[in-house]
Amino acid sequence: MKMVTAIVKPFKLDEVREALSAIGVQGITVTEVKGFGRQKGHTELYRGAEYVVDFLPKVKIEAAVDDALLDRVVEAIESSARTGKIGDGKIFVTDLEQVIRIRTGETGKDAL
Amino acid sequence: MNMKKFLQMALLWAAVLVGGWAHAAESPSITSPGTKPAAGAAAALSQSILLAQASTDTAASASADAASVPSAAPAAAPVAGATTAAAPEAAAVPMVHKGDVAWMMTATMLVVFMAVPGVALFYGGLVRSKNMLSVLMQVMVVFSLITVLWVVYGYSLAFGGEGLIIAGLDKMFLAGVTKSSLADTFTADVKIPEYLFIAFQATFAGITCALIVGSFAERMKFSGVLLFSVIWFTLCYLPIAHMVWGAGGYLLGKGALDFAGGTVVHINAGVAGLVGAYMLGKRIGYGKEAMAPHNLALTMVGAAMLWVGWFGFNAGSNLEANDGATLAFINTLVATAAAVLAWCVAEGLMKGKASMLGAASGAVAGLVAITPACGSVGPMGAIVIGALSGVVCLWGVTGLKRMLGADDSLDVFGIHGLGGILGALLTGVFTAPGLGGTGGDSFSIASQLFVQAEGVVITIVWSAVVALIAFKIVDITVGMRVSEEDEREGLDIAYHGETAYNK
Repeated sequence: MKMVTAIVKPFKLDEVREALSAIGVQGITVTEVKGFGRQKGHTELYRGAEYVVDFLPKVKIEAAVDDALLDRVVEAIESSARTGKIGDGKIFVTDLEQVIRIRTGETGKDAL
Repeated sequence: MNMKKFLQMALLWAAVLVGGWAHAAESPSITSPGTKPAAGAAAALSQSILLAQASTDTAASASADAASVPSAAPAAAPVAGATTAAAPEAAAVPMVHKGDVAWMMTATMLVVFMAVPGVALFYGGLVRSKNMLSVLMQVMVVFSLITVLWVVYGYSLAFGGEGLIIAGLDKMFLAGVTKSSLADTFTADVKIPEYLFIAFQATFAGITCALIVGSFAERMKFSGVLLFSVIWFTLCYLPIAHMVWGAGGYLLGKGALDFAGGTVVHINAGVAGLVGAYMLGKRIGYGKEAMAPHNLALTMVGAAMLWVGWFGFNAGSNLEANDGATLAFINTLVATAAAVLAWCVAEGLMKGKASMLGAASGAVAGLVAITPACGSVGPMGAIVIGALSGVVCLWGVTGLKRMLGADDSLDVFGIHGLGGILGALLTGVFTAPGLGGTGGDSFSIASQLFVQAEGVVITIVWSAVVALIAFKIVDITVGMRVSEEDEREGLDIAYHGETAYNK
C-alpha cells in the first residue's frame, strides 16, 4: 500500500478529485497549506510597510492507494493538476505500513 | 498591576472626586436657566468678521465682554461659560430652535458613531488578529471613561468660565446645569440646551483620547492606556480645548481659527501618540516579521463610518442647523473625496498600485485636514486642502515615518498629527475671501498664518510635554509595556481573556 501526497494549486482541487474518483479512489484527505518552490511570492504593501510574501497558498491531497492502482493514481493527479506554469506542485509517494478502518476494524487492503 | 496599587489609585481618585463634589455643592452655581451670559466677543466677532457683515444685535454682546482683540476672528466654538453677564437689555429673547436641537443631537450621535465603531474598526482591522479585541476594548473603554470624566470635571474646566488657559471647577458635576440651561451658538440670540453642548463636546474629548491608542497598539498595558488617558485628558486636552474654544482662551483671543478641532483633537492626539510610540519602543519583530493588517475590509468599514460620522463632527461644530453648518458639510464631503483620489494617484505613481488601505487612509487624512477649515473655507479651497493632505499624509506614513524612526503602529501622527498641522495652516490661507473663504475685507493671509502657526506650535509642545509626563507616571506606577510573552501571545488572551475569532 502506498500513501500518495500531492501538493497542487488550489483551483485544481476539483479536477483532481474528479479524476481520482473516475479511476476508483474512494477517499482522500485535503488540507490547505502554503509553501513555495520555484514559484516566487509577491510583495504586499501596507502604508509603506513592505512585506515579501514567499508562501503561496496550495492544497495538499493525501490518498492511501493499493499498489496495483498506484501508477494510474499518479498519472491521474499529474494530468489533472498540470497547467504547464511554474507552481503546479509535486507528488510524493511513500510506503504505507498499515491502514485500519475505524468503524469495522478492517485492516490492509480491505480498509482502503 | 497588583491589588494594592489599584486600591491606592482608586482611593486617590475617590478623594479627588468627593473633594470636588463638596466644593461644587458649597458654591451655588451662577447659571440661570434664562439668558445665558453671552459668548460675547467670540460670537460677535466671528459673526462680523467671518461673515463680513456686522450684526447689529451682536454689538450689545460685544460690548459686554471685551476680552478679545477686536480684529481677531475667533471662529471657534462659542463659550457656554460663566462670562460676566452680557447686556440682556440690548439682545432680544434667546431662542431655542427645534431644528438646531434636533441637528445637534444627531451630530452628537454621529461623533459617537465615529468613535465607537468607526475608530475602533478602522484601527482594529489594521492590527493582527491576536490583538483585535485589545484595540476595540481600548477605544471603547477610553471613550467611555473620558465621557464620564468630562461631565464630572472636564466640561467645567474647559468651558465652565473665563480664563487664559483653563476655566474653573464651578460646574463640576455639572452643578447648576438643568435641562433648561442654555449654551451659546455663533448667533447672538440663538441658543441650544446646555446639556446638548456638554454632550457634543464630551464626544470630542472622548474621541481624541481614543485616537491616541493607535500609536501604542499591540504592546501597551490596558491599565496603562487608561491611566495615561486620564492624565493626558486632564492636563492637555482640557487646557488646549479651553485655549482654542473657551471664554478668554489665549488662542481664541489671538484669533486662531479651528472650527472643529484640528489642533484640539488631531494635532493633540497625533503628537501624544508619537511621544508614546517613542517611549514604548518598537514592537517585537518590527521591520523583520510580517505584521500585515488582519482585516482590511473592517478597516474600510471603519473609515467609511468615520467619513459619515465626521459630518456630525464638522457640521455639528457650527452648533446650529444653518448656512454655516452646510458650508462645513459640503467641505467635509469634497475635501475627503479629493483626499481619497490624491492618495490613490500618489500611491499609484509611487508604488504602482493604489491600495484599499491607501484609499481609506486618504479619506481620514482629508477629513482631518478639513476639520479646522470646514467653517471658513470654500468648497474649492476644501478640494485643495483635501488633495494636499492626501499627498502629504502619504509621505507622513512612509518617508516621514522612516525619518522619525518610531513605531507609531497605526500612524496616528502621520495622519492625524501631520494632517492636523497641514489643515490648521491651510485654514489660514484658504479663509481668504479671494480664495473663496469667509474672511472679511481686512483678512490677511500672512497674519492669519502666523496665528495659526502659533496655535500649532503651542499644541505640539504642550501635548508632547504632558504626554511625556503622563507616560512617565504610567511607567512608574502600573507599567507601560506588556511582557514579551504577552506580546507574542497576543493582548486579547493576555489582557482580556478572549480571542476575536473562534472556529
